[in-house]
Amino acid sequence: MTAPVLSVRNLSKSFGGLQAVSDVSFDLAKGELLALIGPNGAGKTTCFNMLNGQLRADAGQVMLNGTSILGLSPRRVWRMGVGRTFQITATYASMTVRENVQMALISHHRRTWDIWRSASSLHVDEAMQLLKLVGMHEQAERAAAILAYGDLKRLELAIALAHAPELLLMDEPTAGMAPKERVRLMQLTADIVAERGISVLFTEHDMDVVFAHAHRIMVLNRGELIATGSVDEVRNDARVQEVYLGGGTLFEDQAHG
Amino acid sequence: MSFYFAQFLTGLSSASSLFLVACGLSLIFGVTRVVNFAHGSFYMLGAYVAYSLVQVVPGSILGFWGSVLAAALIVALVGVLVEMLILKRIYNAPELYQLVATFGVVLLMQDAILLIFGGEDQFGPRAPGLDGVVRIFGEPIPEYDLLLIALGPIVLGVMWLLLNRTRWGILVRAATLDREMVAALGVNQSWLFTTVFFLGSFLAGLGGALQVPRVSINLLMDLSIIAEAFVVVVIGGMGSIPGAFIAALLIGELNAFGVLVLPQATIVLAFVVMAVVLVIRPYGLLGKAETLAHSAGQVELPIRPASTLAKSVAGLLLAGLVVMPFLAGEFAIVLATDVLIFALFAASLHFIMSNGGMVSFGHAAYFGLGAYGAAFVIKYAGGSMELALLAAPLMAAAGALVFGWFCVRLSGVYMAMLTLAAAQIVWSTAFQWQDLTGGDDGLLGIWPSEWAKSKTAYYYLALVLCGGGILAMRRMIFSPFGYTLRGGRDNPNRTESIGINLRHHQWAAFIVAGMFAGIAGGVYVFSKGSIFPDEAAIPRSVDALVMVLLGGVQTLSGPVVGAGVFRLLEDEISRLDYWRAILGAIIIAIVVIAPEGIAGFIKKIAIKAGFERNEEQSS
Amino acid sequence: MAETMLELDKVNTFYGKAHILHDLSFKVAPGEVVALLGRNGAGKTTTMRTIMQLARPRAGSVQFEGADITRLATHKVAQAGIGYVPEERRIFGDLTVMENLEVGRQPVRDGLPAWTVEHLFELFPNLAERAGNRGKQMSGGEQQMLTIARTLMGNPKLLLLDEPSEGIAPVIVEQMAQTLLEIKAKGLTVLLSEQNLHFARIVADRAIIIEGGSAVFDSTFEDLESHPEIRDQYLSV
Repeated sequence: MTAPVLSVRNLSKSFGGLQAVSDVSFDLAKGELLALIGPNGAGKTTCFNMLNGQLRADAGQVMLNGTSILGLSPRRVWRMGVGRTFQITATYASMTVRENVQMALISHHRRTWDIWRSASSLHVDEAMQLLKLVGMHEQAERAAAILAYGDLKRLELAIALAHAPELLLMDEPTAGMAPKERVRLMQLTADIVAERGISVLFTEHDMDVVFAHAHRIMVLNRGELIATGSVDEVRNDARVQEVYLGGGTLFEDQAHG
Repeated sequence: MSFYFAQFLTGLSSASSLFLVACGLSLIFGVTRVVNFAHGSFYMLGAYVAYSLVQVVPGSILGFWGSVLAAALIVALVGVLVEMLILKRIYNAPELYQLVATFGVVLLMQDAILLIFGGEDQFGPRAPGLDGVVRIFGEPIPEYDLLLIALGPIVLGVMWLLLNRTRWGILVRAATLDREMVAALGVNQSWLFTTVFFLGSFLAGLGGALQVPRVSINLLMDLSIIAEAFVVVVIGGMGSIPGAFIAALLIGELNAFGVLVLPQATIVLAFVVMAVVLVIRPYGLLGKAETLAHSAGQVELPIRPASTLAKSVAGLLLAGLVVMPFLAGEFAIVLATDVLIFALFAASLHFIMSNGGMVSFGHAAYFGLGAYGAAFVIKYAGGSMELALLAAPLMAAAGALVFGWFCVRLSGVYMAMLTLAAAQIVWSTAFQWQDLTGGDDGLLGIWPSEWAKSKTAYYYLALVLCGGGILAMRRMIFSPFGYTLRGGRDNPNRTESIGINLRHHQWAAFIVAGMFAGIAGGVYVFSKGSIFPDEAAIPRSVDALVMVLLGGVQTLSGPVVGAGVFRLLEDEISRLDYWRAILGAIIIAIVVIAPEGIAGFIKKIAIKAGFERNEEQSS
Repeated sequence: MAETMLELDKVNTFYGKAHILHDLSFKVAPGEVVALLGRNGAGKTTTMRTIMQLARPRAGSVQFEGADITRLATHKVAQAGIGYVPEERRIFGDLTVMENLEVGRQPVRDGLPAWTVEHLFELFPNLAERAGNRGKQMSGGEQQMLTIARTLMGNPKLLLLDEPSEGIAPVIVEQMAQTLLEIKAKGLTVLLSEQNLHFARIVADRAIIIEGGSAVFDSTFEDLESHPEIRDQYLSV
């Protein structure tokens, strides 16, 4: 077996007296789509923020291809090849779709200190290729501020791919989208990462999306991992049903009706 | 020992006065999110009204305290009037507009007080019944000071009870967190805001009225107290009343003891403490990160290179500027030189503020530093104008390097306040360091080199330097560096998460803006032949903001148009009596009626007429 | 025809230049629970905000109990008896549970049972345990309970619930459905927006589907089931 792309050991964080994340350990293999699910406040976002460097961990180890990335700033983590998409889309409202991708490329090529050339003439082809990949090339010249929600999510994906990451952290990639759109976006993501061999760690509330696309699932509850395994294993885990998925008694008949 | 204790008590009593003012300011900010520049004016008004009332009923204890309370109530009603007539209309405007509008109120109130109470300094009588001294450890302590010392904690306690034990207080705290939700739960927030303004203004008025027996009452009270109250509120944490109390104690004692160590530099000391506190705790001692996302106004559209029409207009303008000296008289040439200088000054502010989202309330610091830098070269180094004009941007950039390091660690209102503090440091240094700067008398006799002596030659020099600066900054706005700043303004998290060290870029931008403001300052000093501390004072900073607003924040050509209109306007009205009130009224009118500014307005017309692209339609 | 509590008549609402609601019309009768369905961006939240006058309609009217509430100040709409539970919960994080409830308190309205803190703690036992805690110390599910309880403190006649099940663990969603059925049993009129069709079907009597800012379907859930093509076209389940 090849070495994991991401290896997390005993990651912990507390806020005041509250243990937000305790002793979380897992591996993520190359090309794997790993879902992190759990109730609100279970510590998913805290985990993400520690992996991406936004938050300092109290203890633990995070290795990316054998190099420790814990304690690095978000921008260093990004430079090491970790991309991130946000739960609430975080695009530049006052730039066009193409310029949004160009900004990520300009940073990747370390040209942000250039004060002479016109930014919107740099890396145009590369930006257009990325936009084509997510199906946004026809909207390249539109202002990001006026995009539809689903399109913003796709733009977000293109931006995250700009520096050819090895690992993508996606925080609720389909939140706030209509069911059909969710499936489409996740399918698109799955295709792209499969083709490029990118590993993905994502959080998600929509179980349809999780069950359809995750290769493996981890369940977090009150900061602790209570289950890790395949879709079926997690689905049928009694504890997971109790704290998160629910008995389904109320919805059972309708759900299959 | 006993002397130090007495000094300590003096510190406590001034802390109490400071707390009264800062407490109201913090309360108003917490609920309405408006940083109220006019709060100092309410304080000044309280002092003048109380002074006048005491004159009517001299000598009696009841008369004195009745006057103090009546003055506070009158100020509270004036505050309510200002809130209902002006602030209610701009609660949803970006914070910059609010700050500038309340500064408009400051100007209006200055002239109103001048008109009603006259311009002379007044000295009030001592408080009847409390005009003696008490000996503590052998040192004489004024009885009145002891009363003030007790008053601070009492007001703090009353405020705590009001905010935590009454329905009104719970509603106020809820509105601090989420106004819209409070309205959706059936609370008339408009009324709530008015009551908050009533209480806040009452406290400011009370603070001012209580000063009558202590200090001279003059027309400079407003800006001096507001600068100090800003420091207290920011150190304590904006919106936190216990924080304001602690900070008031800190600043009160700092002043009391600082005066023993560094009598020349007490103002500087307070601002240094503020800068240090903010670097360690970016939201002040007891403050919290701003929970309420402030409406940034309209979402801005992508910038585009100038259209053919805009390019032709700019070309025509430039041609006009080049031939102007052949057609116009000397007076017009001098005025045009002024316009060029201020256009560069405004453009440098616009560069960080509009493009970078960094609101600077103390941009005059760099204008002043540039001007003084140039003047020093002439005065002390015996250098030439050419050398001086090189020193100007260097000195300003050096200042921006130091202050910027602190400022870019903050954002929003906190950053604005820290930039203001930085400017106050520059101003008070210029004002107090007489040996170097000449203090209030300024430095005189700074004239251009022989070849640039004529008004026309100097005009062309200004055109080259200022026009070149404006064009350079415009080029930068379209460059990756400029785009990075825009990105940081639109979304700082995204910017960090694509590997950009935003703070470094912002710091660099701050230095660039400071440098160009410094060039403007350098060109200015030779056009006038002299430099005074006023060039680094708050009103000069506000001038720059008004020019940017007047032209239109979101329009690249805005600062140039704004500077032109502002300077011509100022030239017209500064000859009139009560020109401050007129200027204040104009500022308020712009914010309330035409927030998109003149250039923004023209652009809108151009889009309507089909000359310019409309982003939303073209997509 | 049955009497009407809420009526939207050809409402048109814009955000900036974006035209969100197009001639939206529908009615809600007293005692009814109506679900607004539709995909994200269809205009459900804007409908709620328009009723509360948090978004001002440019044309059309909103009638509540026969009175025109269009262009009324938001707090007057709330005082008229409409309670609003927004999508993002929006509790007052620095205030305690009790203080949150206090902000929502409004006088009792005639003809309806008065909500007291005791009643609400019965309905939401979790809140009783946490009465002195600050809002921000509570979990997402508890916060959602608190927003509903806070709104009920205003003794509304009509309750607007914007996506009560969004972003909440499935197990809490089940509890929420039970609670809504209890509230319904007390005779409250409810208009809720949902993307979760299963949840909506359990608690609501009638479904209105919004698409592109207009009502494209307005009937019972049975009717909706017998038209799977409508379901597929607008709800894409």
